[in-house]
Amino acid sequence: MTTTHTEPTPATDAAASAPQPLTMAGALNAALRDEMAADDRVVVYGEDVGPLGGVFRVTDGLQAAFGDERVWDSPLAESGIVGTAIGMALYGMRPVVEMQFDAFSYPAFEQIVSHVAKMRNRTKGRVELPIVIRIPCAGAIGGVEHHSDSSEAYWASTPGLTVVMPSSPADAYSMLREAIRSDDPVVFMEPKSRYWSKAPLTLPVQTAPMDRAQVVREGTDVTLIGYGPTVRTALDAASAAEAEDLSIEVIDLRSLSPFDDETVSASVRKTSRAAVIHEAAQFGGYGAEVAARITERNFFHLAAPVLRITGYDIPYPSPKLEEHYLPTPDRVLAAIAGWEWDLA
Amino acid sequence: MSLNVEHHATRTLPSEKPLRLLDNAGHAVDGSETGGFSLPPVERLLELYRRMVVARRFDVQVTALTKQGRLATYPSAYGQEACEIGVISAITADDWFFPTYRDSIALLTRGIAPGEILTSFRGDWHNGYDQHRYRTTAQATPLATQALHAVGLAHAARLRRDPIVALTFLGDGATSEGDAHEAFNFAAVWQTPTVFLVQNNQFAISTPVARQTHAATLADKAVGYGMPGYHVDGNDVAAMYAVAHAAVERARSGGGPTLIEGLTYRIESHTNSDDPTRYRKAREVEHWKRRDPIERLEKYLVSEGALSDATRAEIADAAESLARETREVMTREAVIDPLELFDHVYSRPRAALLEQRAALEAELAGAAR
Repeated sequence: MTTTHTEPTPATDAAASAPQPLTMAGALNAALRDEMAADDRVVVYGEDVGPLGGVFRVTDGLQAAFGDERVWDSPLAESGIVGTAIGMALYGMRPVVEMQFDAFSYPAFEQIVSHVAKMRNRTKGRVELPIVIRIPCAGAIGGVEHHSDSSEAYWASTPGLTVVMPSSPADAYSMLREAIRSDDPVVFMEPKSRYWSKAPLTLPVQTAPMDRAQVVREGTDVTLIGYGPTVRTALDAASAAEAEDLSIEVIDLRSLSPFDDETVSASVRKTSRAAVIHEAAQFGGYGAEVAARITERNFFHLAAPVLRITGYDIPYPSPKLEEHYLPTPDRVLAAIAGWEWDLA
Repeated sequence: MSLNVEHHATRTLPSEKPLRLLDNAGHAVDGSETGGFSLPPVERLLELYRRMVVARRFDVQVTALTKQGRLATYPSAYGQEACEIGVISAITADDWFFPTYRDSIALLTRGIAPGEILTSFRGDWHNGYDQHRYRTTAQATPLATQALHAVGLAHAARLRRDPIVALTFLGDGATSEGDAHEAFNFAAVWQTPTVFLVQNNQFAISTPVARQTHAATLADKAVGYGMPGYHVDGNDVAAMYAVAHAAVERARSGGGPTLIEGLTYRIESHTNSDDPTRYRKAREVEHWKRRDPIERLEKYLVSEGALSDATRAEIADAAESLARETREVMTREAVIDPLELFDHVYSRPRAALLEQRAALEAELAGAAR
């Protein structure tokens, strides 16, 4: 089998160096386009990813650009999509497959957990599965039932998977390219409510390695930890807190597995207070792991218990009620106001 | 070649009576029973006979070693040699094979050593052989999941214009799984070079096939996907080989997937922890023992004058030699380093795993003191 792996060719005109506003969906599209151009082993398939360009248009124009042997619509069956991706990866391809929504990835659970995650270990590293499973995730889009789940804890608690979630167009581009180049399988979670957020960007852009968390706002009093959609929530809370002379540091986790203990602990040791924010329900959620890790490593540096500001322990609500469910900046500020600040 | 294939869906139902080339007395049959297939050349049949005899000796040896506590478990394929050997012999070393846990004897034919085949059943590691070297994936335990891997690999080969066929085995119980449906459908829609063998050994542990399907035959399912299906006497290795060979060559030449059902019987229990007396009659087992696939072919070869005493003795020697090798390798304890538990989970070391590895290392050092 012949393969080519050349240096990245930017999808955008390199001469147009002035940053252009780009949505996260557009950045993801550019990342797929550039990685497909760089490596003919990369193929993209899933439900409605061909002529339609995906229900969120992340694969827009890719089939026209690369043909139907590089980008194609599969039958509507998520286990089949991931299961066949395993076989394709075994033969040297680098499949990037799309699960249309979080909740529709569940039929693929067995293939992901029993095979994608375990193949390298089972074969003592002799079989690598460089598969990217793209999962549009989380809510706040007015979606009807089954369109707003947060499934990250299922994947993050599975050894063998790398689980990442960008929160900005720049990270979306850089992390997706890195995910496709990874020799390990990556569950690449894309926050639906951020798809149309824009940032000025010159492509190609390379941000921090995808396994590292980033301090996206510096502060001294509190560490707020978010990922995906809740990074915006944390930043908005931090801005609002400025008026009350409260200095909040915001960490964008970016990678849920592995967890960047180093960056998080350094921040917590500075601020001595931490809260984690996610949309998913609280019980057994990802925030429990964050709180436990912070506490185990930094107990004597903490002035207050680590808080979890999350969705309620209920199924994700219907569109007219989701505003009551989602963690908001006000809810974040109210929660941290509940700490016994005098003891600090 | 494009992914857009011409629509040429098969709508012909398989025969309700399993097609066969040799009857139970070892006589060649003719007429409608053969489904238009011809007996393979006698040299080929002799080779299939040799492989079946060696395979059974291996299977019996491993079952015995399991009863002696040398293996954690062993799913036997005793009685299913015509399916296992007939079909695996239809692919080449360049083709890929996606087996289940019951297909150890087919793995022998791929050139994999007994110790490597049995690594997982002995409990040393989850898989013991190099999948790329043998073009054979790990024995799949989650039912029907490997069928999708076969379809994906076949599709990748097709995209690369490589004349590769992916063969996968499933059991009758596995046809109830969603992944079996998805694999059949993806293979047919994409027209991948995939051959599915469903070994209908009539039991999923204890549950009879009548509780798995209301279809007249499992091969009937093929028609719903638009691919050819064949209902074959799974104890007639001549028929199993002939049908599989035709399916493999059709797949290789761009003709798409095939579903083959081999109607056979699991003579042994599901595994050593099973108690088949709770769900089937000894009389039924005796009935199927009288339909033994090896004896059937042996009768034919003898009647054709193709099986001399010298050949018989030579095959018996080869079988004993493999049994001896299996005994020797399984009585030697493998050296397993517990610290290797952390070494293959990711391509690059993770800080958290290195911490845990160091903790176990300290624990082991403490225990050694």
